[in-house]
Amino acid sequence: MAKIATREAYGKALAALALRNPDVVALDADLAASTKTNEVKKVAPERHFDFGIAEANMIGAAAGFACNGKIPFASTFAIFASGRAYDQVRNSVGYPHLNVKICATHAGITVGEDGATHQALEDIALMRVIPGMTLIQPADAIETEKAINAIAEYEGPVYVRLGRAAVEEINTSPDYKFEIGKGVVIHEGTSPVTMIATGVMVQEAMKAIETLKEQGIDPNLINIHTIKPIDEELIVRYAEKSDYIISLEEHSVIGGLGSAVSEVLARKCPRKQLFIGVQDVFGESGKANQLMEKYGLAADRVVEQVLEFLK
Amino acid sequence: MEDLRLVANNMRKNIVKMVHNAKSGHPGGSLSCADILTALYFNVMNIDKNNLNDKKRDKLVMSKGHASPALYAVLAEKGFISEEELMTFRLIDSRIQGHPNMKSCPGVDMTTGSLGQGLSVGVGMALANKLDNNPFRTYVICGDGECDEGMIWEAAMAASHYKLDNLLMILDHNGLQIDGRNEDVMNNAPLGEKFAAFGWNVFGVDGHDIDAVTEACKAAETVKGKPTVIIAETIKGKGVSFMENQAGWHGKAPNDEELAIALRDLGGEQ
Repeated sequence: MAKIATREAYGKALAALALRNPDVVALDADLAASTKTNEVKKVAPERHFDFGIAEANMIGAAAGFACNGKIPFASTFAIFASGRAYDQVRNSVGYPHLNVKICATHAGITVGEDGATHQALEDIALMRVIPGMTLIQPADAIETEKAINAIAEYEGPVYVRLGRAAVEEINTSPDYKFEIGKGVVIHEGTSPVTMIATGVMVQEAMKAIETLKEQGIDPNLINIHTIKPIDEELIVRYAEKSDYIISLEEHSVIGGLGSAVSEVLARKCPRKQLFIGVQDVFGESGKANQLMEKYGLAADRVVEQVLEFLK
Repeated sequence: MEDLRLVANNMRKNIVKMVHNAKSGHPGGSLSCADILTALYFNVMNIDKNNLNDKKRDKLVMSKGHASPALYAVLAEKGFISEEELMTFRLIDSRIQGHPNMKSCPGVDMTTGSLGQGLSVGVGMALANKLDNNPFRTYVICGDGECDEGMIWEAAMAASHYKLDNLLMILDHNGLQIDGRNEDVMNNAPLGEKFAAFGWNVFGVDGHDIDAVTEACKAAETVKGKPTVIIAETIKGKGVSFMENQAGWHGKAPNDEELAIALRDLGGEQ
């Protein structure tokens, strides 16, 4: 399988979109080479705006573009988009429900060597709690391209969570359809166990299932690319035929996908849930794969935790 | 011009009545920018009932969103909302929220309230207008205390970098913020020199002279290649004897007796 970072796919998709739609503008905060919005510079330089290292101003300006009918895609690292500029996202984008697309890259622990200051492990929680905010985390390059096209058609604020590291292509089926708010069934298992994953954890869950099958456990696997609004119907449908739910995210276990899933289940179909994610700690420097291993997110660590949970 | 002074005076009466009725709100900084808003909405900006819903027109961002009573008062003078509706200010189920909400109140061009954010929004609006090659202008009213916010200077840098001569900031320079005089709370002076150093064209006017504010706005239209800030010298609480130059009236409602005095003060101008 080809490995492509979702940020790479984002840059390409955005450039193609900018060519098709003259209302699309790209905003960046001195990270255009990293977030890949520099792809827009190549095809429509007059619609690429660098705001320097000033994320709050960039988000405010994005709101202004949206007020005047543009479709701004504002990019920086997730830690800055969701943290540094939180008040701007909440008050100037979320509250007026403006048509701003915040495409944040370098989310999660796979940022790697930059360490804890740059590893956003709270951004899903922060963005999810803003009323009216749509929150999408694609699992691979294919899903990223489709998500970018879909959110350009959707009117309203969106936060897209993208990664630095290359990830495997998962959604290669010709039948694959992306729809905002609809989860994707990746694997129909035979055990009363459902894994619900997002982002890079979809590929880890797929690998984990291969190992688990050898031990006689064959869980279902759902990819939740839209964390808000979450696909309640799909989650409940699979919970009803499962005794155990396992949520997997490259994010804090507080406030992220696991919380979103448990909020659905508590109301509609209570089930015992294992929360795989970063366990309320900060990250550290290291290679992405080393960090995935150390923080319990790599496939082999997922297997360990699932086996313990199902004991 | 005599008529516009009456407009501003009526706005002031409505400002004190709104805040009195709500028993909360910000009269001081609303009274200080009433004349600026009058000049903008009646002499400068092309905004009226016919083009209110057009995306392509002049727009105003009230960055100092706590001065919402002044904004609502001028919107009522323009007929975008009724004078009766002003008395729903800050009350439950109202379209005119404590701080301006563009989604609920006709004529509010941007939701504001968290200080420091409006100038950045103005930068985005002005960039969009440049991109569309349209002649419409963007107006942003900021407070002087608001200039403590670092985001103002991020926006000032960007406006200058992108040569936004279609952006006009009006600084309501009343010299007071909640905790007291600017120089005592956080000395951000000299603001004109700072904006000049950031590459802006700077004008200074008497912010209570509607004629002078109008002329400065018109003059700004001829300045090319850089944004303009008009430092409007104002008096916080202008027009109400006991509120003038009193930081204590930043965010306090007058009681019944104080309202009567305020209205008498304002009636005297007619």
